[in-house]
Order: sequence, then C-alpha cells, then structure tokens
Amino acid sequence: MSEKAKLMQGNEACTMAAIAAGLEFYAGYPITPSTEIAEMCSEELPKVGGKFIQMEDEIGSISACIGASLTGAKAMTATSGPGFSLMQESIGYASLCEIPVVIIDVQRMGPSTGMPTSPAQGDLMQARWGTHGDHPIIALAPGNVKECYELTFRAFELSEKYRVPVVVLTDEVIGHMREKVVLPDPANYRMPLRAMPQSPAGYKPYAADPNGGVPLMAPFGTGYRWHCTGLFHDENGAPSSKPAVASTLLRRLNLKIENRVDELADYVAEGLEDCDLAVVSFGSSAMAALSAVRRSCGEGYKVGMLRLKTIWPFPSALIRRLLAPAKKILVPEMNLGQLAIEIERAAGCERPVIRLGKVNGDLFHPDEVFAAIKEAL
Amino acid sequence: MRVEFRLSGSGGQGLLLAGIVLAEAAIQDGKNAVQTQSYGPEARGGSSKAEVVISDGDIDYPKATAPDFLLALTTDAYRSYGLSMKKGIIITDSTVKLDPPAEVPVVALPILETASKKLGRAVVANMVAVGVLGGVSGVASPQALREAVLHRVPKGTEELNLAALEEGLALAAHAQADVRAAVQTDAAHS
Amino acid sequence: MAEFLSYFRQDRLPHIWCPGCGNGTVTGALIRAIDKLGLDKNNIVMVSGIGCSSRAVGYLDFDTLHTTHGRAIAFATGVKLARPRLKVIVITGDGDSAAIGGNHFIHAARRNIDITTIIINNNTYGMTSGQASPMTPHGMLGTTAPYGNVEYNFDLCELAKAAGATYVARATTYHYVLLEDLIGKALMHKGFAVVEVLSQCPTYFGRKNKIGGAVDSLNWIKNQTINIKAAAVLPPEKREGKILIGELHRGEKAEFTQQYLELIARVQRTNPTYARNKGVPGCELNSD
Repeated sequence: MSEKAKLMQGNEACTMAAIAAGLEFYAGYPITPSTEIAEMCSEELPKVGGKFIQMEDEIGSISACIGASLTGAKAMTATSGPGFSLMQESIGYASLCEIPVVIIDVQRMGPSTGMPTSPAQGDLMQARWGTHGDHPIIALAPGNVKECYELTFRAFELSEKYRVPVVVLTDEVIGHMREKVVLPDPANYRMPLRAMPQSPAGYKPYAADPNGGVPLMAPFGTGYRWHCTGLFHDENGAPSSKPAVASTLLRRLNLKIENRVDELADYVAEGLEDCDLAVVSFGSSAMAALSAVRRSCGEGYKVGMLRLKTIWPFPSALIRRLLAPAKKILVPEMNLGQLAIEIERAAGCERPVIRLGKVNGDLFHPDEVFAAIKEAL
Repeated sequence: MRVEFRLSGSGGQGLLLAGIVLAEAAIQDGKNAVQTQSYGPEARGGSSKAEVVISDGDIDYPKATAPDFLLALTTDAYRSYGLSMKKGIIITDSTVKLDPPAEVPVVALPILETASKKLGRAVVANMVAVGVLGGVSGVASPQALREAVLHRVPKGTEELNLAALEEGLALAAHAQADVRAAVQTDAAHS
Repeated sequence: MAEFLSYFRQDRLPHIWCPGCGNGTVTGALIRAIDKLGLDKNNIVMVSGIGCSSRAVGYLDFDTLHTTHGRAIAFATGVKLARPRLKVIVITGDGDSAAIGGNHFIHAARRNIDITTIIINNNTYGMTSGQASPMTPHGMLGTTAPYGNVEYNFDLCELAKAAGATYVARATTYHYVLLEDLIGKALMHKGFAVVEVLSQCPTYFGRKNKIGGAVDSLNWIKNQTINIKAAAVLPPEKREGKILIGELHRGEKAEFTQQYLELIARVQRTNPTYARNKGVPGCELNSD
C-alpha cells in the first residue's frame, strides 16, 4: 500500500480539502447527511488556528461565514436540502456583494424534511435559482470521494478568484461513501489567494471592467473603511437606485461567470465520438450509469457517457458539441428531470432526450440504467 | 475480480465499523475498496446495512449488486437480504432462524455468543464478524485486518477488539470446510 | 461639531431620515462615545440589518456592513470570531433585532460574544411605513394593527439579560447625556453588550397614535421612563408602569472569542504536529 492511500469518506474529503485550501472559518448547523463535515471542522480547525462555530440555524451559519470572509478569512459551511433552502437569502447577499464563500450541499430526498438519510439530486435547480433575482453562482458535482477533495479545493480557488459563492453538490451516497483515495501531494497544490488592493488611497470597492471584471477586495479591519451593502451599489459601494448603476452592476455580476463558461467547464466523456446513445449524468447517479454504459459497450451497443463535474454555469455550447454524434440522449438522475431540462435546452432540438428519474431514495442500480439503455436503442 | 459484501443486522451492532475495517484491510493489501451504508433514524435498534466492494481493478459502482457474502446477524436481516440471494453464501449468527430457507448455502456461526460469552463484551461482535468475513473470503490478510482494527477502533479498546478479530478468524478457519462444502454443493446444483 | 464630521462619509450625506427622527441623535451619541474613547477607526466594523436605523452605517467612515433583514448579529458574529481584535458594533432596530433577527440576538447573548449592539427602538417598522413591531405596546396603533395591537411587546432588556448578555442598559433619545454615557460603557465592556434606545418615529408611530410631532414624541418617551437609580428610592406605586432607564445589568462571564482563542492554544499545545497554516492570508491577524 502506498503511503498516502487512505480509506476516506466523501464528507471527510471535503473537509480535508477545505483545510488544505486554507479554510479558516466554518459556521454550520447540524443536518444529516452533512454533519460529519461540521464535526470534523470542529475538531480540525483549531489545530490549524482556524475557527468553528455552531450557529443557531443555517441562515446564521452562512451569514457568519460571509462576515468572516469579509475580514479575509476563507469560509465554508455545509448543509443539506432544508438548510440549503434557509441559506438562499444570504447566498443572494454573497452574490450581490461579491463575497467568497463555499457551501457543501450533501443532498438528501426532498422537498421538506423528506428522507433525511436517503440520497437525492433534487437541489440542482435550487443551487442555480434558489435565491431571488438574477445572480451568478458556480456549482460543482463530485462523482466520487477523490473528486470531493479535488472539487472542494477548486471551489475555494473559484470562489476567491471570482468573488462568488460556490456550491459543492454531493449527496448522501458520495458524502458517506468510503473509498480508497490517494491524497495529492500538497506541494502540487497552490493555495488559492484572494487578490487584494495595494493601498487604501482612492480605493473603490466595486470598481471593475463592466464586461465581467472582478473588483479587488480589501479585508475589513485593514484601513480601507469601505461600505458593503445588499442594496444595489455604485463602484464606491454607495447604495444607488439609478437605473444605469443597477443595470451595469447586475450585468457585470452575471458576465463575471457567463464569460468564463468554457474555462469553468469540467466533465468526463467516454465514447461519445461515435455513439447511438449518449448517457448524461452527474454525481452518484453517474456511478450506476457508467457501470451500465460499460456493460452495454461490452455487449456491442454503441453507447457513450458524459459526466458533468461543473453543473453551473451550464456549459451548453460544449455539451451541444460533445453530444452532436449521439442519436438519442438518456439522462439518469435522482430527481424528476432537473438536469434533463438543461440537456434538452442545450442539445435536445435534434434528438430525443429521455428522462430517467429515480426518486425513491435509493441509488440507481446499474441494471436499471442498462434496461433503459436497451429500451432506448 | 470484484467481491461484494453485505453486512446486515440491527443498528448499534457496529456493522458500519466492521465494513470500514474490512475495506481498510483490503486497501492495506493493495486492493481497491469502497464502503457504503444505509441506515434509519435509530442510533440503536432498527435495521442497519453496510456494504463493501473489493476489487483488484477500478470500482465503478460502489454498492453491492449481487453480494458474494452476506452477513446476517438478525433474523430480520436474514429475511430482508438472504432470501433474495441467487449466488454467494450467507453467514448468519447461530441464533438466526433460517425460516424460510434460502436458495444459497448458509453457514451459521456463534458470532454474538463468542463476543458476549467468550470475550465478555457483546459490543465486539462486529470485530468477530470481521474476522469471520476476512477469513472466509480471503480478501485481506490477517495482518492487514489486524492493522485496520488497530487504526479504526477507539483508543484503549485495541486489545479486546484484536482478541475478537482472532476469535472470528478462528471461527472462519473451523468453518472453512463447511464453506467449501457448501459452495461445492451449490456449484454442483447450479 | 466639525471634528465629528470626520467620522462621516460626507459624500453620502444628506441622510434619508425624516425630520425629527431619533436615529440621528443615536448616531451622534455613538460617534461622540467612540471619539471620547479614542477608538481606532480602522479597527471598528459596524454592522446593520434592514430598517431606518440600519442605514446609519452607510454614512459612517468605518468598515461598514449593511446586511439583510435580521441578520446583522449573525454577520457580526462571523466578523468578530474571525478577527477578535476588531471592535464590532451592531446598529439595529426593534423589528430587525426582536422579530426577524430575534434568534440571532438571543444566541449572541447566550454566547456572550464581544459585540456592542445598539437597538434603536421606535416601536414600529418605519422603513416600510409604520407596521406594528414586536415592540409596539399593547393597544397602540400601526398600519397592520389598525384596531389596536392585541399582542404584547417584549421587554428587550430583560430578554437580553435572561439570554446571557453581560451588559444591558436602556436609554432614550430624550436623555441624551445618559445615552452617550451608556453607549460608551457598552463599548468598553468585554462581552455581549446591549443598549436599547427608546426613540421617536414622529412620521409614522407618532402620527398614527396621535402622539404629535417630534417634541411631543420625546416627551411621550420621557414621561414613561424613570432612571433606575431614582426608582430605587421611590415607593412602588410611583414606579408602577414606568420603564426603567440606566445601566440595568452587568454579568460576569468569560467572553466567547477569548475562550475560543484559549481553546485554540490548548488544542495546539496538545497537537504539536500541526503547524500553523502559514500561507493563509490574514492568519497573521489571527493571533489575538
């Protein structure tokens, strides 16, 4: 056994990656199936001089994270569907005020309390549109424990770089699954750093290229004395209800991410170049899907697989290109078609998109996907 | 070679930890392993299931699809998971009622009694089970199993848990002839 | 006067408050208290939620954080725990702190986190034009209590005390000297410090309840209150129905962030293999 091979849980991998990325502040509220992340942070953060606080609810949790992030601390919270719903208010705040924060959403069956210990993927659209108004957001979906580590680390890089909340969408299976993981050598990872202004003289907290530029963020308590508000604001941070100011701000915020769709796209493709059917999936559903796709190929079917690791922003153009050879598309997911809707939008006009939604709280069995593949062909 | 284990019983029997130890031991021996679980709201009682998939190659699907080894520590667990088995073998505790009978071979071993009577602590039945599963399946060496136990059990309980593992390995050794016979009879039938 | 202007972002003035509003009085008292204590501007973070009172921070020349409705104390908790050396001040209103943010308020008090919270209580939701709040007295009017409020209001100071705040005081915009003094003491206190300021909203609350203009409103407040020191020597019948003002409670309890820093030191002593995470920007600020 190699020195660094470890049996590691998904939630543990998220925690260890966050700490490797320089996590300094965690605020959270216990909720199944994400609680291990809070427990591990409470134990590990003090060891590296970081802070953990269990807040009175999820609204308070993400709000405290945003407060900490404003002082320059890398901040994270973790939750599941019901708590993620409560966090939406402050996710909007972080989007508008451009404050980096990472949210791990270990999805479970919903709506409402649902089935707390069962996996689901029903927060896909909540991750995109959970808070009101047009807003930028990034959501990444690990497909195994190793990717829980990689994508949580990347979530910090992106959040700090683009000053945007980043959601890591896992689920009960991936969060609780233990897998052999060889952790990357920390020397190969550059800890993400937030770009900071040089001097308080003439500092304009929201001055940036209107075509998707990212302003420089001064940490609170370092002499810049700037105003952060959830009201629409001009480049000085002053509240404004001038139409031109509002429009410029909202467009810049969204262009910040939209202009970088290709750069942010991340996926795993297999056998798409020449396939009769493409299977598109993400997260834990993709595990059964891949197993079924490989079995189909073994039995002589021409089936390809696309697994998305970046969900938002949705890489529509790329997906249209990748799926061009496919005659049909099958989308297995643990919801009633939230990813399928986006696939239809991106690549559905020329070919049927078949929805394979599973909502009984069980993970897909490869046989189910295999049966759907055979039926589709 | 993909080997699938399903460990079933009631909440509080420590089957999750048993699965973790088994998976970690396999990794020690250079294999790939994935461990998953399903559980209800009960911390004690209720049903509990842990699964371990061990392979020399990549593991694309993490759950057991058709277990090679089912461990059933309660009659409920046997009925829930044993009766649908089409291949592999079932290892039950001796107290489990094999009613109705399963289609696959069953080896009944005194796992709970070994823990409670011989070792004096019912809580270590899970490590007895690890010894049984590790010994019967051969997916991990006894040395790797010992290391995994030491790594995963709470501090101060190492000796007791190691003793439980050894008892399990001994049960497996005694049962090996039965297991082979059962598997051969099964193979002859199918 | 001029020296206090340096505490304001003058390009953001004039403010949005109505003539006769009490918010300016409280803001002025806060600035003077800060000035008197000689606190470093660069070391202060002011946090507010939503409402008329919460607009104060936008006019002030500190690092200022204007958050969402009710969440000021939760954001402030993150600021303070991440950087305990900072002086964190929350300016909030009665709706913000006692209704939508009530949970954050009592839990911050329970933790005894070192945040100075100034609650400007004008008995109404002024920003949204005069609805009833949890601090609207029983029987009084609001646009959502057109037949008189059938609910009862909190005693916010008793609430804060019961929840664990270690400094609790009440002042009014009428008793200006007391107000400035109590804010100063709250700022000096290490722990969760609450100053409730009874304030006037002549535009909505005063008019709706036929109290009159700003001066009448101030007199209405004055006539309901009695200083805790004066009350101590008065017979019970003279104290009946009066609201106590002054310093109401001081508690002895270790402060939250201080205890957390001690926890870190303790954990790091027993885990020597964990080196401090050197590369983290801002971590060097973290030693206090």
